[in-house]
Amino acid sequence: MSRFTYLTDVVTLKLDPEKCTGCRMCLIVCPHAVFEIEEKKAVIRYLDYCMECGACAKNCQEGAITVKSGVGCAAGILNGLIRGTEPSCDCGSGGNCC
Amino acid sequence: MNAGFITGHLQTDVGPVPQISTVWSFQDRLNTMKVRWSIGRMSYRVLPGIYAVGNPDKSSRVFVTGNYKLSFDHLRRALIGIDGWLLVIDTKGINVWCAAGKGTFGTKEVVRRIRIHHLEKLVDHRKIILPQLGATGVSAHEVKHMTGFAVIYGPVKAVDIKHFLEAGLKASDQMRLVTFPLAERLKVIPVDVFYGKYYMLLVPAIFFILSGFYPGGYSVDSAFTVGWKSTLNLYSGYFAGCVITPALLPWIPFRRFSLKGIVTGWLAAFLLLWLNTLGGSIAETTSWFLMMGGLSSFMAMNFTGSSTFTSLSGVQKEMKTALPIQIAMVSVGLAGWIITRFLAL
Repeated sequence: MSRFTYLTDVVTLKLDPEKCTGCRMCLIVCPHAVFEIEEKKAVIRYLDYCMECGACAKNCQEGAITVKSGVGCAAGILNGLIRGTEPSCDCGSGGNCC
Repeated sequence: MNAGFITGHLQTDVGPVPQISTVWSFQDRLNTMKVRWSIGRMSYRVLPGIYAVGNPDKSSRVFVTGNYKLSFDHLRRALIGIDGWLLVIDTKGINVWCAAGKGTFGTKEVVRRIRIHHLEKLVDHRKIILPQLGATGVSAHEVKHMTGFAVIYGPVKAVDIKHFLEAGLKASDQMRLVTFPLAERLKVIPVDVFYGKYYMLLVPAIFFILSGFYPGGYSVDSAFTVGWKSTLNLYSGYFAGCVITPALLPWIPFRRFSLKGIVTGWLAAFLLLWLNTLGGSIAETTSWFLMMGGLSSFMAMNFTGSSTFTSLSGVQKEMKTALPIQIAMVSVGLAGWIITRFLAL
């Protein structure tokens, strides 16, 4: 089965080609194969497959990748709205949680 | 804490290390089934620390995982026939990916565990293998910088570890991809089924009581005849959202989960219309369509949290329009239905 696409043109993922050294780390950690290597540098090939997990940015030694990462979880966002905090998948102590 | 998987102890330079079985016992299987249904899921843990599979020595591979028992079980089962070390870090009993998202499966905890268990004395190489999905919380270069240990990201799934090792610590593109096929979706459905908790009994109970009202009086008879229909309608809307929508996810039109939920909720409503449980008047039937659509939409949207491909920005965008509509649908539907209890429309 092919990959799922969620909403298009909303993802905050950005890559600075100036800083990229083509180490391929982002290709390794990305669970949705968003990146490809072109002319020895990483490029964002499939932006809309990105789920903003943040693994690429976290493992980019050069700091070339930025993304507002977080959980794409309605219950988590709702929690944040109710408590006035950032979206969080901490559903409180003892509760059911991911 | 059940530690029936420990078969013995291995003497090492860092003290005795428990040796563990790579085979799941009946108890392991039973518990796996239980936690899939949310029974004891939040306290299904193993003690963090070092474990041995087979007869590892100083040159053996080190595999890192979280202390959710299910993660630990999948890893040890995948390591059958391999001599290796397990470094179980404290993720508060949460699976690797979720824990990485929260930061508990993170750089700090990995570094801390390497240090307190003296990994540098246990093995004479400087490599640790982490599950790929741990990368959301772990910065490989920071771990290397702080401990000297290079982080190698293994495949997404533990089952692929053998192939990964045989290929010289390389995972194929397929092993690096998170997919979400039907079998995977079905596994996570039970979690959302219990989202409603005790409201799943409380709300139908209230509907039973309200069902007794009819224009001009109250009848216990009606409480039952209309009450069970109301309960059926409510549960149909609920399950259309949290069971049918996830199961049929790729085949339901629209990208937004909330819209998919309205589709399934209304399909369920049409079915019930045919079965004659949506009431006798247009007002009552319309009320049920609103309630069921809104409820199903909300529950379907909730499944974004269990899905493996929705982004925070995307879900925020979806919720901005969906949540007010869902609230409006359910409130207007509920108000409409209550009015039909008292007025003949």
